Amino acid sequence: MAKLIKNRALVSDEWSLLKEISSLEEIADLHDQALIVPLSFWQEHKSALQNRSSKCAVWLNSHELPETLVDDLPSLELIALNFPSFADGRAYSSARELRNSLGYKGEIRAIGDVLRDQLFYMARCGFDAFSLRDDQNVETALEAFDDFEDGYQVSVDKPLPLFRRRAS
Amino acid sequence: MYRYDNYDHKMLEDRVAQFRDQTARFLKGDLADNEFLPLRLQNGLYIQRMAPMLRIAVPYGMLSSKQLLKLAYIADHYDKGYGHFTTRQNIQFNWPALVDVPDILEHLAEVEMHSIQTSGNCIRNTTTDQFAGSAQNEIEDSRPYCEIIRQWSTFHPEFAYLPRKFKIAVCGTKDDQAATQVHDIGLFIVRNDAGELGFKVLVGGGLGRTPVIGKEIRAFLPKDELLTYLDAILRVYNREGRRDNKYKARIKILVKATGVDAFRDKVEKEWQALKGGPLVLTEEEFARCKSFFHDPAYKALPEQSVALQEALTRDVLFTSWYQQNVDAHKKPGYAIVTVSLKKTGTAPGDVTAEQMRFIAALAEQYSFGEVRVSHEQNVILADVEQDALFELWNALKSQSLGTANVGLLSDIICCPGGDFCALANAKSIPIAESIQRKFDDPVLQREIGELSLNISGCMNACGHHHVGNIGILGVDKKGSEFYQISLGGSADNNTALGQIVGPSFSQEDVPGVIERIIAVYLRQRLDSERFIETFNRIGIAPFKEEVYGKAN
Repeated sequence: MAKLIKNRALVSDEWSLLKEISSLEEIADLHDQALIVPLSFWQEHKSALQNRSSKCAVWLNSHELPETLVDDLPSLELIALNFPSFADGRAYSSARELRNSLGYKGEIRAIGDVLRDQLFYMARCGFDAFSLRDDQNVETALEAFDDFEDGYQVSVDKPLPLFRRRAS
Repeated sequence: MYRYDNYDHKMLEDRVAQFRDQTARFLKGDLADNEFLPLRLQNGLYIQRMAPMLRIAVPYGMLSSKQLLKLAYIADHYDKGYGHFTTRQNIQFNWPALVDVPDILEHLAEVEMHSIQTSGNCIRNTTTDQFAGSAQNEIEDSRPYCEIIRQWSTFHPEFAYLPRKFKIAVCGTKDDQAATQVHDIGLFIVRNDAGELGFKVLVGGGLGRTPVIGKEIRAFLPKDELLTYLDAILRVYNREGRRDNKYKARIKILVKATGVDAFRDKVEKEWQALKGGPLVLTEEEFARCKSFFHDPAYKALPEQSVALQEALTRDVLFTSWYQQNVDAHKKPGYAIVTVSLKKTGTAPGDVTAEQMRFIAALAEQYSFGEVRVSHEQNVILADVEQDALFELWNALKSQSLGTANVGLLSDIICCPGGDFCALANAKSIPIAESIQRKFDDPVLQREIGELSLNISGCMNACGHHHVGNIGILGVDKKGSEFYQISLGGSADNNTALGQIVGPSFSQEDVPGVIERIIAVYLRQRLDSERFIETFNRIGIAPFKEEVYGKAN
């Protein structure tokens, strides 16, 4: 069973992530599984994917922009953002863009090189689900969300920056 | 000075606990080298040639005497009794043990200090003019804005894994002393025609292997939109800056590749979604931050100090020091004193624990308990009564801190170089010393006059060699250390990048070459022309000819 943290709890993952896929035939046998497919595949086969019997979501690589999905956001229950390396910080901006500029309310899942020590910042940027790298200890990783009690900037759980809260 | 409240204290406490846990996991083998790397870097910890190096933030160069005493304690207990002030107004310790670092951070937190984001691919310490708040001709004290930026950039969740490091400088004085134009973002405090305060925004400046002077992307940014605009710039950079090649990852490369107009458009587009939002600064926040930087309890003093005038007529050496190391203050009867850390034989910017304690005591006695650090690696007592200058000078001399060379040739900006730094191609400290020895005669130095000489041990340019009137860069030539010399650089209002004179020189040759360069200047200068002015008038050719001989 894949290790997934969602809303600060360990849950079983109902989604299957397809890192690579080239044709619809490849998923013909997976009609009862919820799938997360690459952006290019989604764009190519959108209507077929939206009409399949089980749910379908999209994952973006770090160079792919969330704006690309603007028309699909209301129908997407989940968007996964990939970290090719934990040091590639582009997905932090993608998450904030999805939450703040595009108003996306669904699940934003971190996938790829997702490690314990980056979880706190990811959560502040709007990620609410984390598919950690296989070697990570998910139980102790849960503690990462309490690394800091507060932050100076705006975040998903605290929409006002500290200077606006501190003044009152 | 800014004082922490409960929020600031708690965040620092959480940070120390976090790093203690990360260090423990690393030492236990639960955290791989490459995964611990950015975590330790964002706490200022490098692994160097000899030992780890810990870089501690001195936000915009401000230190209280209490903080300086704590640094002295750390130097004594965890290091070898000295520290090194850097060109980014920070301080480095070269010999701490990795296991001790969490304890050092805890000590620092007690005095509201830290090493957060002093390294790594994140937003670094914001720097400013070392005379801020005391300078004559100031548009506005930059420090409250620096503090606002410090808080915004500290633990910014979106910008902790940028393509590369990111440096911001703020200038509120008419004469820029913070090298603001060679920062990733340079902010100049300005007033618009209506008299409102705001910022002129430069972007894409920087030194390193591709030196660039920042380009203006906004002539006037209203002050309350400071953070929304910074967020917009950083988001464009985080998204689009190159990540495939660390040498092309700074924002300056992105701005160059995109073109400044197209880059501005991208920022503006991003800004539309942010401006007017929760990050807009409030009058309350400006007032709160300004309240920490109100004038200290200055006395009402006459414009001219009789005691000072008497001392100046009496003591020639004091007069030399006064002329070089003392600047005009905004308040009558006060002065700004720069304590030179450039005594020949001491690594530029190095200060012993004993000197730190001594300076802390002088700050208490003469300058309201505060000290500043300049990017030229000197220490400033910014609010000294003119009546006390002679006494202060005598005290400084007793601790080898009375060197009268600020702004002169021997006031060398110098990185730690190959003696300490793992990145260096060549040593820099011995080069500085050999030049200082060559020009040891203070009369000659004063005759030469204002001149900046900057040395970097590698092309990362921590020693700002590109913007020195004379710049020296250590290079590796088939395994030997050589030095490339450039002329005509400047970091002031007329920021310019130096031009390379020609093929590089061996270590032994450098002082003689500098001597020949100076000889050209002394021969060619008109009236009271400074070195840079003569250079700008006559160009590089006469220097080239003198150094390499006439082309056949």
